[in-house]
Amino acid sequence: MIKLDAKVPAGKLEEKWTNHKFNMKLVNPANKRKYDVIVVGTGLAGASAAASLGELGYNVKAFTFHDSARRAHSISAQGGINAAKNYQNDGDSVYRLFYDTIKGGDFRAREANVYRLAEVSNNIIDQCVAQGVPFAREYGGLLDNRSFGGALVSRTFYARGQTGQQLLLGAYTAMNRQVKTGKVKLYTRREMLDVVVVDGVAKGIVVRNLITGEIEKYSAHAVILATGGYMNAYFLSTNAMNCNTTAIWRAHKRGAAFANPCYTQIHPTCLPVHGENQSKLTLMSESLRNDGRIWVSKLKNDMRKPNDIPEEERDYYLERKYPTYGNLSPRDISSRAAKEAIDDGRGAQGQDAVYLDFKDAISRLGQHVIEERYGNLFEIYETITGDNPYKSPMKIYPAPHYAMGGLWVDYNLMSTIPGLFVAGEANFSDHGANRLGASALMQGLADGYFVIPYTIGNYLAGDKPTLVKADHAEFNKVQKEVEDMTTKLLSIKGKRTVDDIHKQLGRIMWNKVGMGRNEKGLKEAMVEIKALREEFWKDVNVVGDSKDVNQCLERAARVADYLELGELMALDALTRNESCGGHFREEYQTPEGEALRNDEDYTFVSAWEFKNVGKWELNKEPLEFTSVKLATRSYK
Amino acid sequence: MEHKKINLTLKIWRQHGPKTPGSFVAYKVAVSPDSSFLEMLDDINNDLEKKNLEPIAFESDCREGICGTCGLVINGQPHGPIPRIATCQLHMRNFKEGDTIYIEPFRAKAFPIIKDLMTDRSAMDRIMEAGGFISVNTGSVPDGNAIPIAKEIASESMDAAQCIGCGACVAACKNASAMLFVSAKVSQFALLPQGQPERYQRVEAMVKVMDEYGFGSCSNTYACEAECPKGISVKNIARMNREYFMAKVKSQNVDV
Repeated sequence: MIKLDAKVPAGKLEEKWTNHKFNMKLVNPANKRKYDVIVVGTGLAGASAAASLGELGYNVKAFTFHDSARRAHSISAQGGINAAKNYQNDGDSVYRLFYDTIKGGDFRAREANVYRLAEVSNNIIDQCVAQGVPFAREYGGLLDNRSFGGALVSRTFYARGQTGQQLLLGAYTAMNRQVKTGKVKLYTRREMLDVVVVDGVAKGIVVRNLITGEIEKYSAHAVILATGGYMNAYFLSTNAMNCNTTAIWRAHKRGAAFANPCYTQIHPTCLPVHGENQSKLTLMSESLRNDGRIWVSKLKNDMRKPNDIPEEERDYYLERKYPTYGNLSPRDISSRAAKEAIDDGRGAQGQDAVYLDFKDAISRLGQHVIEERYGNLFEIYETITGDNPYKSPMKIYPAPHYAMGGLWVDYNLMSTIPGLFVAGEANFSDHGANRLGASALMQGLADGYFVIPYTIGNYLAGDKPTLVKADHAEFNKVQKEVEDMTTKLLSIKGKRTVDDIHKQLGRIMWNKVGMGRNEKGLKEAMVEIKALREEFWKDVNVVGDSKDVNQCLERAARVADYLELGELMALDALTRNESCGGHFREEYQTPEGEALRNDEDYTFVSAWEFKNVGKWELNKEPLEFTSVKLATRSYK
Repeated sequence: MEHKKINLTLKIWRQHGPKTPGSFVAYKVAVSPDSSFLEMLDDINNDLEKKNLEPIAFESDCREGICGTCGLVINGQPHGPIPRIATCQLHMRNFKEGDTIYIEPFRAKAFPIIKDLMTDRSAMDRIMEAGGFISVNTGSVPDGNAIPIAKEIASESMDAAQCIGCGACVAACKNASAMLFVSAKVSQFALLPQGQPERYQRVEAMVKVMDEYGFGSCSNTYACEAECPKGISVKNIARMNREYFMAKVKSQNVDV
């Protein structure tokens, strides 16, 4: 049994972070250079943490498996970043952003963490502007905003449809400045394959050099994982090809509890699947729902072209079911509504797709306004599908997108392994059972710029961890274990390719641990995943050798971890006998088909402790709400 | 909806390592026109792995044209025949039954080949580290709206800032010049009020490292703009040249 101490500071919600900042121990500026910190991952959370820690004077070692820190998947975020600036004078506040986020997460997030997120949101915008991020502006020269799902205010800041790119490049340039000073040492093309724990405390990592194949060891006083989410467990997702769970999964196997693995987000506006050999799904930003209207035909099996379907035969189902939020309903609700329409036989021209239509917006605002707002997204759509969305509606379909679950962390973002911190999508901290749009960028940067730099100082000054050298016996042991796993993968020489097995896992996950889940399906999924895992270790063929660039080996090691994680996702979903946010158990729904929470029995975080492959123990962190009242989430 | 497959001959550059010689190897494929170019390569790799042959090493990540990881020279053109997209956004409907397609890595002195279609483009990061930033520490900044910026200026800065760092401009240039890449960052900051304090040190430092890594000079053929997946304008190069001239006029680093 792990003792889960969330370490939420005492006091009123709005004073917790301020008081905590005052009460935390500080490292003397002259002593900071005596501490080494490892940061794994250089996306928004990792790069911002590395930059900020370097500025403070720590010696940072930053790792990425990419050729350049600028390539992390944060770069693909399109729509924007939330902040409680209330520049629009439309009634926003820190409390409202906090409340929207808690409610959006279906009351399954930790109140104090979410409040802090809302509190620092404004600092993020200021920081990014100062770095030269070219946010969209009004004619008067001030910052522009737009709306995102789950909010009735305009609080989303954006840089065309490339907000993630611009924010990441901001963090990347800030980190580069520290690379120049020597405070950050950057290790590219290194994939973390294990964390080294000495006497129960994280002391370093073991990585594979993706060019030479060498297994390398690095030690530090503290380790931060900012390695993103695990949605490629579904094989087809909006995540980048190389996004993977390996870093957090290997840390989990060394003792870090994994929280809420079943909280997965299926994004409603993605491009439909085109065929069997597809490798990746493409997201169309949620910002499109500001002006696009979502609909299907009222008739089943309607094969007519969308422009031939008259107005009165169209069902604008989000506007009909949720008149207050309409097309800006949260992601989980919008995705399920699309699934419902398609299951009802009303998909666009018989396909697994619904329409996203800009006809009204174009006639109301003119095509040039729509072009200015979404031009690049329309271009992406046309490039991929060959259809012109100015002329006929887009076809969209839900796709796996974001993992709310992740490694369990306390208020200081430290995992259940002392000295191992987790930031960004890799942790479970702020989004509960569903993340609102434009909140991932906010959380990644909040963690990296404004939370970790404080809390890591508290750990270093308070716990005074010692440095263990990388030639310590434990480092050698872990290195050997990693090398043995590589050797084993290469020696199986079976008949099935890595992708073939990954695709099969993805189909199990999508069909049984996807948008709709039930007891029977989840139990079947667990059996099937276990069997597939055994087949993988008997019959996979990993081509090439270990001391060379070997992309097949890279993929194989990642799929090995998905085959373990996938089972835990199903187990977690099976254990949670309620529907909340992205976790929809078909047995638990209202007569109208809405998610039915069970607050009495399930107002807790599930933190799974690894015992052996396929064996876990459940630990519960009860969620206490002192400031908000638990309510049925209504967007009607 | 799956369309009828098209038959193609691919001539793909295979090279085992940086020091071994490479050559084109022919592959025959039948591919759906709805498939992307990289999905076609995924398919070939899956077939090679089935035959216990080493897959073709190539890099990609987001497959949405924004991370800048992918980059192939397709029939002599970086990112292929369709303007303003990255390799990952190229779809097979742009090719015809019976076509032969030559696939090569980006070629430039500053981008050594690692394996097959993979190159080392880290020289671009070294240029960025030299000065491609605004020196502000976390926390010590004014309110976002305390710095008003005219909409047109912010927009022009964004036009430059959207560079994805793929290196197609270098691969397209007969001199393997990185001027478009470097000028995009220089311009983004030179246009903004936040970028003014370090305006001249920045351009000097970045150009110095650019020259050290063996990128060539600009001879105004504009091949870079033509092949840039984001359509970054060569006007940025003109701006960088002005910035550099002014930097040299004001420079403290004068060689005597």
